[in-house]
Amino acid sequence: MIVGKQKPIEETWAMVKDFSRVLVFGCNTCVAVCHEGGNKEAQILASLMRMKATQEGLSLEIRDSGIERQCEHEFFESAEKDIEWADAVLSLACGVGVQFMVKRYPEILVYPGLDTCFLGDVEKNGLFTESCQACGKCVLAETAGICPVSRCAKRVLNGPCGGSNKGACEINKDLPCAWQLIVDRLEALGRLADYERLAPIKDWSTERAGGPRKLIHEEFMK
Amino acid sequence: MSVKTPSKLEKILAAGHQAVTSECGPPRGSDPEVIREKARLIRDHVDVVNITDNQTSVTRMCSLASCFHLKQMGVEPVLQMVTRDRNRIALQSDILGAASMDIHNILCLSGDHQSFGDCATGQNVHDLDSMQLIQTVRLMRDEGKFLGGGDISRPPEMFVGAAANPFAQPHKIRVPRLAKKIAAGVEFIQTQCIYNLDRFEEWLAEARDRGLTEKVYILAGVTPLKSVGMAKYMKNRVPGMDVPDEVVARMAGVPKEKQAEEGVTICVETIQRLKEVPGVAGFHVMAIEWEEKVPEIVERAGLYPRPAMP
Repeated sequence: MIVGKQKPIEETWAMVKDFSRVLVFGCNTCVAVCHEGGNKEAQILASLMRMKATQEGLSLEIRDSGIERQCEHEFFESAEKDIEWADAVLSLACGVGVQFMVKRYPEILVYPGLDTCFLGDVEKNGLFTESCQACGKCVLAETAGICPVSRCAKRVLNGPCGGSNKGACEINKDLPCAWQLIVDRLEALGRLADYERLAPIKDWSTERAGGPRKLIHEEFMK
Repeated sequence: MSVKTPSKLEKILAAGHQAVTSECGPPRGSDPEVIREKARLIRDHVDVVNITDNQTSVTRMCSLASCFHLKQMGVEPVLQMVTRDRNRIALQSDILGAASMDIHNILCLSGDHQSFGDCATGQNVHDLDSMQLIQTVRLMRDEGKFLGGGDISRPPEMFVGAAANPFAQPHKIRVPRLAKKIAAGVEFIQTQCIYNLDRFEEWLAEARDRGLTEKVYILAGVTPLKSVGMAKYMKNRVPGMDVPDEVVARMAGVPKEKQAEEGVTICVETIQRLKEVPGVAGFHVMAIEWEEKVPEIVERAGLYPRPAMP
């Protein structure tokens, strides 16, 4: 899932405070799981902003609303009226959702309420960790199911680098060295000999380097 | 092993001599005299001099230009190149630039993470990793080809090196990792600074058992400790460094004003012991911002004078 983090309220407040009708708009899937951008968080942020408006003597009206996903047309119907009411929307979706709204409502100003952080998992309650960078060419079959592209600070494909320190990454002792994890897992699986296979130079054209990506299924396109 | 390049380092090693290499860090500015002065201090006592590439991710004069200054003085440089800051276009381009100056040695590294340096908010590249850089240089040299498949006119003639750390965890892949670098095409290795000699010898024995010391020249890395403070810092703060308690205790056991001398003595004793270990092809003396001590260390260790090579 996509993990995001709410921007500091000072930053989002500066974006919206000069408008007269502001909608704080939640996205109730990925970023709700990480407790940052769901419909509940939208409600809370809208309340805080109403208090700020009172404190600063501003007369803007702030409402909250939300849908299941801001990245697909089919979910928007229930919120259409709220969106049309607003002269600015503070979207709590990831960057995908914010831009989808910009495309869908070209006449409305849409602002980002979150910083989109990474693709990750819920390691345990309250802990979200990055585990994929959508490089477009998965290497997990060669790396014991642990991704060095997203989990190694240098994304080395033939690791560990010299900075691996007692199982931790040189940049942070709380960050496990991905290559230590790979080696440990290879050993546990009785496949440590696989470590000596050289990973070839990677084709990065399938990731960001190759420009914005698209997936097309013509059979579903009308 | 037969000689494949005009590298002086390669010739010395192939002739069966134990080589002595050292390194100089370029300045945080553009004065070439800084690098020349460091080189003057050590030039008669070492065979070749590594030039570091923005070490610890602190922005400095580039390794390539610094190598050129050494070359102009008649000192043979080893171009250190990290994969952190350049993509494959820039790496290959800089290799050609170095080759145009007849720089005949390269050390392929990944580089410290940028968060340690003065541009912590910058990007890192790591288009290739250090093993893939080794492969790239060998492809360019041996086949005269670019990664993209095109032909290189006047291919580089470089002796290809890399680093190895016998001390880093996990220990179980330290020798396999060396084997992997050899498979990638590395020809010489400069190791991490050795303070734990037992562990180093254990690693080397395992490499010998696999026949790896017949396939690559291993230069043992040594760094003189200046003080007990430095020993503790290396032990506790530098990732992958193994400084045994006995070494810290030995430094602490002499008065402050004698500690530098003790550090040099430890370094000399390390070389003397390792000189006799089969598979040690030479020494990489890294006297960090203490280049003036290199001649004394080399002389006391019995590695002076250096062999003359055409």
